[in-house]
Amino acid sequence: MAANTDGTSAIDVRSNVFDYAPAPESRAIVNLRTSYGLFIDGEFVDPSGGGSFKSISPATEEVLAEVSEADEADVDAAVRSARRAYTRTWSRMSGRERGKYLFRIARIMQERSRELAVLESLDNGKPIRESRDVDVPLAASYFFYYAGWADKLEYAFPGKVPQPLGVAGQVIPWNFPLLMLSWKIAPALACGNTVVLKPAETTPLTALLFAEICQQADLPPGVVNIVTGAGDTGRAVVAHPDVDKVAFTGSTDVGRQIAKTVAGTAKKVTLELGGKAANIVFDDAPIDQAVEGIVNGIFFNQGHVCCAGSRLLVQESVAEDVLARLKRRMSTLRVGDPLDKNTDVGAINSAEQLAKIRELSDVGDAEGADRWSPPCDLPSNGFWFPPTVFTGVTQAHRIAREEIFGPVLSVLTFRTPKEAVEKANNTPFGLSAGVWTDKGSRILWMANQLRAGVVWANTFNKFDPTSPFGGYKESGYGREGGRHGLEGYLR
Amino acid sequence: MSRLDVRKTYKLAIGGAFPRSESGRSYEVLDSKGAFLANAAYASRKDARDAVVAARKAFAGWSGKTAYNRGQVVYRVAEVLEGRRAQFAEEVQRSEGGTRRQAEAAVDASVDRLVWYAGWADKIAQVVGGTNPVAAPYFDFSVPEPTGVVAVLAPQDSSLLGLVSVVAPVVVTGNTCVVAASAERPLPAITLAEVLATSDVPGGVVNVLTGALGDTAPTLASHMDVNAIDLTGAFGDADQALALEVAAAENLKRVRRPAAEEWTADPGIDRMTWALETKTVWHPIGI
Amino acid sequence: MTTVVPATGSPATTDLAQVSSSDSALRRFLHGLPGVDQVGAEARAATLGTRSIKTTSKAFALDLAIRMVDLTTLEGQDTPGKVRALCTKAMRPDPADPTCPSTAAVCVYPDMVPVAKETLGSSGVHVAAVATAFPSGRAALDIKLADTADAVEAGADEIDMVIDRGAFLSGRYLQVFEEIVAVREACTRPDGTSAHLKVIFETGELQTYDNVRRASWLAMIAGAHFIKTSTGKVQPAATLPVTLVMLEAVRDFREATGVMVGVKPAGGIRTSKDAIKYLVMVNEVAGPDWLDPDWFRFGASTLLNELLMQRTKMTSGRYSGPDYFTLD
Repeated sequence: MAANTDGTSAIDVRSNVFDYAPAPESRAIVNLRTSYGLFIDGEFVDPSGGGSFKSISPATEEVLAEVSEADEADVDAAVRSARRAYTRTWSRMSGRERGKYLFRIARIMQERSRELAVLESLDNGKPIRESRDVDVPLAASYFFYYAGWADKLEYAFPGKVPQPLGVAGQVIPWNFPLLMLSWKIAPALACGNTVVLKPAETTPLTALLFAEICQQADLPPGVVNIVTGAGDTGRAVVAHPDVDKVAFTGSTDVGRQIAKTVAGTAKKVTLELGGKAANIVFDDAPIDQAVEGIVNGIFFNQGHVCCAGSRLLVQESVAEDVLARLKRRMSTLRVGDPLDKNTDVGAINSAEQLAKIRELSDVGDAEGADRWSPPCDLPSNGFWFPPTVFTGVTQAHRIAREEIFGPVLSVLTFRTPKEAVEKANNTPFGLSAGVWTDKGSRILWMANQLRAGVVWANTFNKFDPTSPFGGYKESGYGREGGRHGLEGYLR
Repeated sequence: MSRLDVRKTYKLAIGGAFPRSESGRSYEVLDSKGAFLANAAYASRKDARDAVVAARKAFAGWSGKTAYNRGQVVYRVAEVLEGRRAQFAEEVQRSEGGTRRQAEAAVDASVDRLVWYAGWADKIAQVVGGTNPVAAPYFDFSVPEPTGVVAVLAPQDSSLLGLVSVVAPVVVTGNTCVVAASAERPLPAITLAEVLATSDVPGGVVNVLTGALGDTAPTLASHMDVNAIDLTGAFGDADQALALEVAAAENLKRVRRPAAEEWTADPGIDRMTWALETKTVWHPIGI
Repeated sequence: MTTVVPATGSPATTDLAQVSSSDSALRRFLHGLPGVDQVGAEARAATLGTRSIKTTSKAFALDLAIRMVDLTTLEGQDTPGKVRALCTKAMRPDPADPTCPSTAAVCVYPDMVPVAKETLGSSGVHVAAVATAFPSGRAALDIKLADTADAVEAGADEIDMVIDRGAFLSGRYLQVFEEIVAVREACTRPDGTSAHLKVIFETGELQTYDNVRRASWLAMIAGAHFIKTSTGKVQPAATLPVTLVMLEAVRDFREATGVMVGVKPAGGIRTSKDAIKYLVMVNEVAGPDWLDPDWFRFGASTLLNELLMQRTKMTSGRYSGPDYFTLD
């Protein structure tokens, strides 16, 4: 036990005798078909136009399956099926029975959780650790939660007689495919609506597996319809005259178009859109947990998170220390095979998204911010971007204002709580914010001042079916989760 | 010889002041029988923009007051309105027609509505907010917060009760607003603004524009610093309502679409909740 | 003179000597350390616990874990026979397999040091003695120092002392500090060399991670060679998050001073899977420099056989059973 006073060697876990061997989760559990039809009226059917597209693994660019492309006629068939199911079955069923279907679905999701997790990681590129520990269990929990509401709706809104809206058209993004599906379908069904859901074109596979789960649960045909396709399919869902409700999660630009499309109609709308959240670290923060929170805030799911803490606002007096700790911690992030249980950061979802991340990062360079990434070997196939931090960023930089939707953090500093609030709120978005400090009264003051729908204090990126989620300003309107989440599906 | 009456020119209410339209324009307000009633300012696009700036400026202060205090202020408005019952009854009757008794009933209902909403100020958070029992060691709660600056197109028909019914719920929860008053029946709105100015409502919380919607409403609907818009006043003109909703989409305004309304009915809490955000706050529970 | 920069990065750099110059200076320093959020720390520890270790890394990890064990017996019923058996086990944990490494040390009460020393001879396995009125620490200072000096004189290579938790919890930090300094002096041998000092916090009694972080810094400034979680006599003993906080402390201490301090979780670590989780944490939090018996130890008894069974499984491909390993 010789005293070692040589403290110079930097921590570098990559050149380490104790290197983790690959620990890939087996793909065998997933039974992929070579091609998938549209899920309409309880059956997989061929698209009327015969169009199809490929869903690939973003980690390898391997083609996973051929997926049907729904055109207007297909969407119309799906909406008619949903309307039939609504009129004849679902709206007439007691809440208790509806709830039991949802409970049944939740149980099957739990039973097939490994299959769902592997498929999600394959199709989306996210680490299996996240799909296994976050996406899938949370998705099941939303069904459990809303299942319980189905026969208790009269208690949700005092003074109101709850009535379902009818057919809900739902369009979801590629970042949390199954979880976003559950955020949309669970409350819609609990409230007595039927749905036509369009998953994102790059991540349709877990939604199609969910369709099989609906069959397995003997859910009446037409209650859930899943139409795959790209933007045109989504537009057809949103614009369909017999859709009573539109729910969308995705970019603010598309949200804007949807708001215009539904203008002048009676359609109820909820929109969960983009963000540029400030994650604010004060000098008295629990520093190691704050660093974890920064990492979790921006590198969770490769930063493909609308509520990602993409702007780090750190108090000047601790900026240097926090950055040093952050960089050291980033050096331990393991980027690679999404199916490896030790992977922390997976693949970027698509070539298109990768191009966007690269473009905005290049803008960061051009605008004079300092880019840093830990050394990491990226696979040669697939779409990859290293965890990246930009320092020397100001409010005027594009990387401090635009949503990058990737593993790229912009670091700004502040001096006083007031300045932190001003900078945090100085954005057209208002989805989420983070605050790190040991001072209770300051947490509550900050939470009060921040114009954001979710404020995480001394934590970040936490989700729960009981907890309402949604944005202020251009981050959209309506809330998903909790009792509030019922409101968008009742008249 | 009979005394020559002093005719009042009704001005705008912006930021606690009562300016003429910056355009210098005014228009003749006629009574329900078509006779001249008064001159009112004809608000321009610039007036609408000024009103938004005033409302934004007032937002931090007004939303930062305690709910109890906002309730007291709105109750004070009811008190002062009650004290000017006769004047309002006169204006309502001449604007809307009908009997004196009907007009008085509308004024009484307006006072009662203000009292009703005043009481909501410090209760709405308890009804629509609460704690969320998340499945992890966090204290998680949701509170309603005002969405910000709200543009309100007041109903064209019900010049006082309708007006109070759309404005009170928006401001009692902490929003500030720009009201486009009924184009043909604007007098009670301006008189109400005078009431507000004398009953502790800070300047800029309620700004009142008079004149045709065609000039003010598109400015408000497309204004990027307006957070929400109530299109009630566009009821009956589907094309106008559609154009305004499309314009409002540019910054994802919360939109309340026009609908047929029965102003004497129990309003429920919808007219508060539509202009409220839900903020959810998480914090770990640990030692 | 070493300068300690508090991890908050506060502008004031504090002189080590000044930190311990008075009770109030020490309190200011320790209470100026950043707080630890319990939920966040536990979540981080749990995430590290999900790391999956396979094949060659696992074989390496198992052997490393065996080499890090302080094989312990601390019972009223200990006898020379029991201690001799323990020492034999420490030197050759798996008599059937000569490639199996020996443990780092045996850990015994001071009166058993001569027996242990005699049995271990020049095997390289150290003798660690728990001193200072272990486990409660409730005795006068001169008795604690005599306890320590006796053990060192009897040949102890390492001293595991307990801090005065009563003094710590009532805020008499300087008293705790001075006691550690005094014990460290008592570790000095006539030839000027010194037994290595491990400072036990009994984290189960300190309760909060804030206290664990403060105790860590206090002990490191006082000159501890190792900081150790528990006596094994109080529940909870070692946990992953407590060890996480201590690993963060030694990491930060080295950043600030250049001095490396070791960490020893003790008590409650029973399975190979647990041991590997600790090693993963050492690797990712403090860094690979600490992946060495000189800088990380497990205070354990039953853990060793669990490690041996896993080790045999790795080499033979068959799952083994307790009948195939010696009891101690």
